Amino acid sequence: MSVILIMIPGAMALAALGVWAFINAAKKGQFDDLDTPAIRAVFDDDDERPGQRESGHTIPNETAPQDQPPPAAR
Amino acid sequence: MTRAISTSGVDPMNQGASAKEEVLCDHCDLPVPAGLIDPDAEHQFCCGGCESVYNVLHGAGLEGYYGIRDAVAKDNQPAASSNQNYEELDDPAFQSACVTNLPGGECETELLLEGVHCAACVWLIERLPRVCPGVIESRANIRTRSAVVRYAPDRVPLSRVAQALDKLGYAAHPARGAGAREARRREDRKFLIRVGVAGAIAGNVMLLAIALYGGALSGIDEFWEHTLRYYSMGLGLLSLVWPGRVFFRGAIAALRTRTAHLDIPVALALAVGGIWGSYNTLTQSGEIYFDSLSVLVFFLLVGRWVQHRQQRGAADQVELMLTLTPTSAERLLDDGTTKRVPIEAIEVGMRVRVEAGGSIPCDGIIQQGTTQVDNALLTGESRPVACAVGDEVIAGATNLGSPIIVTVSAVGDSTRAAKLMALVASATADKAPIVQFADRIAARFVIAVILLATLTLTLWTIRADLRTGIEFATALLIVTCPCALGLSTPMAMSIALGRAAKQGVLIKSAAAIEAMSNPTRMNAVMVLDKTGTLTQGKTRVVRSECDQDLLICAAAIESGSNHPLARAIIDASGDGPTPPAEDITQTPGAGIEGLVEGRRVRVGSPDFIRGSVGLDRSIESAVDSLLTDGLTPVVIADDQGRTGVLGIGDPLRDDTIAAISALHARGWDLHLCSGDHPEIATQIASQVGIEHAMGGASPERKAELIRSLRDQGHRRIVMVGDGINDAAAMALADVGIAVHGGAEAALQAADVYLTTPGVMPIETLCDLGAHTMKTIRIGLVVSLCYNTVAASLAIAGLISALIAAVIMPMSSLSVVALATRPWKHKGAR
Repeated sequence: MSVILIMIPGAMALAALGVWAFINAAKKGQFDDLDTPAIRAVFDDDDERPGQRESGHTIPNETAPQDQPPPAAR
Repeated sequence: MTRAISTSGVDPMNQGASAKEEVLCDHCDLPVPAGLIDPDAEHQFCCGGCESVYNVLHGAGLEGYYGIRDAVAKDNQPAASSNQNYEELDDPAFQSACVTNLPGGECETELLLEGVHCAACVWLIERLPRVCPGVIESRANIRTRSAVVRYAPDRVPLSRVAQALDKLGYAAHPARGAGAREARRREDRKFLIRVGVAGAIAGNVMLLAIALYGGALSGIDEFWEHTLRYYSMGLGLLSLVWPGRVFFRGAIAALRTRTAHLDIPVALALAVGGIWGSYNTLTQSGEIYFDSLSVLVFFLLVGRWVQHRQQRGAADQVELMLTLTPTSAERLLDDGTTKRVPIEAIEVGMRVRVEAGGSIPCDGIIQQGTTQVDNALLTGESRPVACAVGDEVIAGATNLGSPIIVTVSAVGDSTRAAKLMALVASATADKAPIVQFADRIAARFVIAVILLATLTLTLWTIRADLRTGIEFATALLIVTCPCALGLSTPMAMSIALGRAAKQGVLIKSAAAIEAMSNPTRMNAVMVLDKTGTLTQGKTRVVRSECDQDLLICAAAIESGSNHPLARAIIDASGDGPTPPAEDITQTPGAGIEGLVEGRRVRVGSPDFIRGSVGLDRSIESAVDSLLTDGLTPVVIADDQGRTGVLGIGDPLRDDTIAAISALHARGWDLHLCSGDHPEIATQIASQVGIEHAMGGASPERKAELIRSLRDQGHRRIVMVGDGINDAAAMALADVGIAVHGGAEAALQAADVYLTTPGVMPIETLCDLGAHTMKTIRIGLVVSLCYNTVAASLAIAGLISALIAAVIMPMSSLSVVALATRPWKHKGAR
């Protein structure tokens, strides 16, 4: 029975580890948005992850408003 | 690939034309208006926005959007593109306020987006890097309708990023007040951490408790029992001082301000239970209650978190509405060109250009141009005011006529609108919070529980000893802790908030639901604004005694005019073509005349016509009756002796009369309070059936009315309005309701915001309030039954920690189940 003397603190330490992980995740904002990730999961992975490919397709010029000055210099 | 289907059963608006085949937009699948169908084109679109989004999607290989949308979206919407060029986003003043610089030369900013409604939108927004090179990542959030965009500023300016989002059909708005948003986010996280920690502790204490209860039933070695009790104490006290300390803090704050609050009985039970439980653990005797206490902390926090989340959702949506109001101005440079700059960059002495239909960004003097301005949001006047060079215009007014150039005389805090906002801030500080039902009950509850505990203590001290007395009194305090009440109220409230949002009512403060529930008991009064609230806030032809032919002639003459009454006449003449008009001469402040199809037609005030062709008696009497009804008479006469008269005014909203009578039936005492002319106010009040009317009220007078109503003993005051002139009164009232299309200030001051036009949603809110309060009362009765049983057991000395541990979650679960009671609106609709 005396193994309980080790088991309980061990279990508590594991629980504390879980709580610590949870607090860290919450502080990093993992739970800020609980709705969008659920939606993201239904998309097919048939295209590149955002950010991996940045060239190739751009906005066709003819759809850009014609009467606009070019973007201000920066 | 033009898709065409029969409209029957698809679009209720067009059921009359159900036999006809309808052309659907290739982008949004909604019917294309007849005038926009191009028989030669390969694709058909309902608007320019849809067309450009369609082209962008196909050009960038993002057709996948349509597949996802068809699979998930219930109702499609046309693209919300605004075709702005967003150059104000590149202004350094804006960049330093709203853009975060990341290491590696990248920048990050948050943009609030219009038109985000389904999963396909999320998919599309997150593929922004493929449409706009230079964007590194784009993360959408569907709940707050926003996207966090990371981009390389040396490759793409922020204005291009915003333009790209706009071209995808999501008009972008910078999320101002990033600091406040971050602070709120941190607060949300802390809240969630408390719930999580309380849950973890409660679960572990329960495990220990099972061993202890098992031991109590079948025997346990004393050493193990005490070890487990020490562990329970450690965890239980941790729960009380970490996540549970919010209850102590709340109770202390409530005691300090001498208000009733549910935290007081909760903190009492937690404190007594914690102290006595620790004493028993240390002296190795009696009961410990740490399992019940930690579960109590967890359940109460869960209830509050659910309500907090729901309220935050409503507040986020109102914030999106707030950002829709323009925050940039068109600055006129010395070389005569204009540049869009954020409002922060405008200084006194600069010149700004205000387009027709635009909102005036700052107080100033007109330097060039004549126009009419609509001050309705600022003063409540329903009639536009004519302005010429040298006249003063105020921030927040709308320019109705032609473009003007304004020299800025005041910006920011010194504008009239900002001074009104300061009035709102001070009114908000004055406002006494509504003591909610649960808190009022809590006050009586504390007294009853303390009396019962004292009774138990004395009874058992006399019958047995002091120790037994304390033991049973502590048990009583814990089992009667209003856990069920503390859980059922936020649950019922958050369900009500969700239901209200579905009906087009966004509620920022849950107390509003209760305040709207029972007008008769609270001697409640509702003060309604006129312009823009009961009425549409737009000038229209309300009454016409004029044949259609003459009306079309009048419209032909007025078509070149920018007078606001002209707009009303053109709208009233219908969609048909107007004949050409020539030789038009305008007499300012009187009327206009011209030649139409060989006839000389005059349109103008009765005096203008009297002076030229004269008026017969029937027209004179019609003019008189229009004047007594508070309408502006416009007479039309031609040289062949035909005359007609139009009554122009601000018509009531379609549902106003029905909503007002429904509110009357509920027992509301209604007041009308308008900044408009007293005669018009009285006339509208009698028309809709409101007995008290006050006209010519300045914003300060409106706030004064709220104060005087409160002094007269009305304990619930609701203010319904739409403009900056109502904002102070709304902030001061117990509940401020901003109707659809209201000004920014009204949104900030309001507790409730209606997302659909009309006043009927207020009636819906009353019905929902009554239903919710009934649910809460049923929950209270149920939890009181549990408490009575538990208290009698405790007084009789029959309670054990096990019974307490069983009764508490049982009562909580049953009230949570009750809170989901279905609601069916029995409105007048």
